Amino acid sequence: MASTVRGNRWIRNLNSKIAALPMVITTMVVFVGGTIWTVVYSFTNSKLLPREEFVGFAQYERLWSNSRWLQSIENLAVYGIFALIFTIVVGFVLAVLMDQKIRYEDAFRTIMLYPFALSFIVTGLVWQWILNPEFGLQSIVRSMGWDNFVFDPLYNPDIVMYGLLIAGLWQGTGFIMCIMLAGLRGIDEDIWKATRVDGIPTWKTYIVVIIPMMRPVFITVLVLVTAGIIKLYDLVVAQTSGGPGLASQVPAMYVYDYLFTAQNLGQGLAASTMMLVSVLVVLIPWAYLEFGGKKHG
Amino acid sequence: MGDATAAMSGPSGAKPRRRLSGRNIMVYGILIVMCMYYILPLWVMVMTSLKGMPEIRLGNIFAPPVEITFQPWVKAWSEACTGLNCDGLSRGFWNSVQILIPSVFLSIAVASVNGYALVNWRFKGSDLFFTILIFGSFIPYQVMLYPIVILLREMGLYGGLWGLVLVHTVFGMPILTLLFRNYFSSIPEELFKAARVDGAGFWGIYFRIMMPMSLPIFVVAMILQVTGIWNDFLFGVVFTKPDVYPMTVQLNNIVNSVQGVKEYNVNMAATMLTGLVPLVIYFISGKLFVRGIAAGAVKG
Repeated sequence: MASTVRGNRWIRNLNSKIAALPMVITTMVVFVGGTIWTVVYSFTNSKLLPREEFVGFAQYERLWSNSRWLQSIENLAVYGIFALIFTIVVGFVLAVLMDQKIRYEDAFRTIMLYPFALSFIVTGLVWQWILNPEFGLQSIVRSMGWDNFVFDPLYNPDIVMYGLLIAGLWQGTGFIMCIMLAGLRGIDEDIWKATRVDGIPTWKTYIVVIIPMMRPVFITVLVLVTAGIIKLYDLVVAQTSGGPGLASQVPAMYVYDYLFTAQNLGQGLAASTMMLVSVLVVLIPWAYLEFGGKKHG
Repeated sequence: MGDATAAMSGPSGAKPRRRLSGRNIMVYGILIVMCMYYILPLWVMVMTSLKGMPEIRLGNIFAPPVEITFQPWVKAWSEACTGLNCDGLSRGFWNSVQILIPSVFLSIAVASVNGYALVNWRFKGSDLFFTILIFGSFIPYQVMLYPIVILLREMGLYGGLWGLVLVHTVFGMPILTLLFRNYFSSIPEELFKAARVDGAGFWGIYFRIMMPMSLPIFVVAMILQVTGIWNDFLFGVVFTKPDVYPMTVQLNNIVNSVQGVKEYNVNMAATMLTGLVPLVIYFISGKLFVRGIAAGAVKG
């Protein structure tokens, strides 16, 4: 009796189960399985091939005493902080400007968003050319009379991350503007009427009323931008190849090099596990805010 | 309709304003300056690619060419070198096309059926898998690269086009499944129930009701996937061998190669060629593109 009930339950909706098989395999084998595999093997001293020779936290100790890794983290922190601030501020300001009943809104949006359709490789290569000190911006400003003008971020280790930032913001801010604009348009017109009746100036309404109301949009943007920053890779490869020296190395590059060229698997896996940890640090509080609240409400 | 009127009437309200108020000058001024920042690279790219090298050495990168030449485009397409191969970017282009078509088809097929099963044929644990799938999309790819290399090697697909197609299908799944799930759940359930009563099965309902009713979302998914897959670099460089490298990887190798004299005009023509496919899609699809990427943004 029990077995027939069970059999029925398995056979019912059999087609749908077969159809969901790719999803089940993807989640369980690739996402869950792959992640666990990486974390487990980051505790081994695998070199060219994975080996089950566990060495505790040795790979992590080596990782955190490796100057290239430390430099990568520092670079990403600099890039990340500025990218976050600028993306959110520029994205929001542009969205507010776009929301002022302007003419040619579609044209403005088309222009601001097209870089988002381009790859980071294309983005990096174009900005590499524009920031080329011999032919690009620097030489043009110099030819206009400022002979001592210096702007060569891609050749100056101190400011190379800002050179990447200019390109990264170019590619991504239009997209954030669109999300913010959708958020602004989602706000009830009555709110605006009410603040106008109360005589609150527009700029103050934005800061005191609108921004707090758009909290979910800001959180979404924060998560999206942060996830993008941690993955930062293609742009650096194309624009600077991590140079000059190690000045624009990022963690994703470190992982790639140790996994596929330096043949030091354990080290690469430890580094990628650290990338995972940094995503979780952002993701878990967000998921808690986003989904934890819903269960109670 | 309610949405549209709310959007039209905008926040700044009822009071009619003079067209050239100080406020308007500021608004348009800032927008135009920002637009110059966004347009500049495209302008420079096109102008540089139409100049000869002597003109580039003399002149300024923002100036239009004195003498237009299409030689750099021809050279980028059919003669530019990567390593020992000097057959230009055309090889990468055709590789990308060969990767793109099956990847787009397969990833959309799988994800749309997933979304359909998640909405109309929920089974025990289906929501759990979906949650893992969405959270999985936040895991940095670097974490899963090596395990996937092992899996593909076991399947004998490592290094070839089909391995990469599979990888694109897997990593396109979270966002596309979300997209289709959200869309399908907006289709009235009565339709599904009526079809069930009439004896239609899983695939019958999918092909005869869900798919024909959801063509716009299929177009959105296609835009999303074509640009995403075309622009991919990391998966291409990790999972394929040099002779099947997609266009982005080959482009990077051409431009950042350390050998030989740098031909900036050829480099920019090559960059432009690689960017052309997503750009064309972007300009043709217009608002659908915005919808596609916005769908990617409103997770949860």
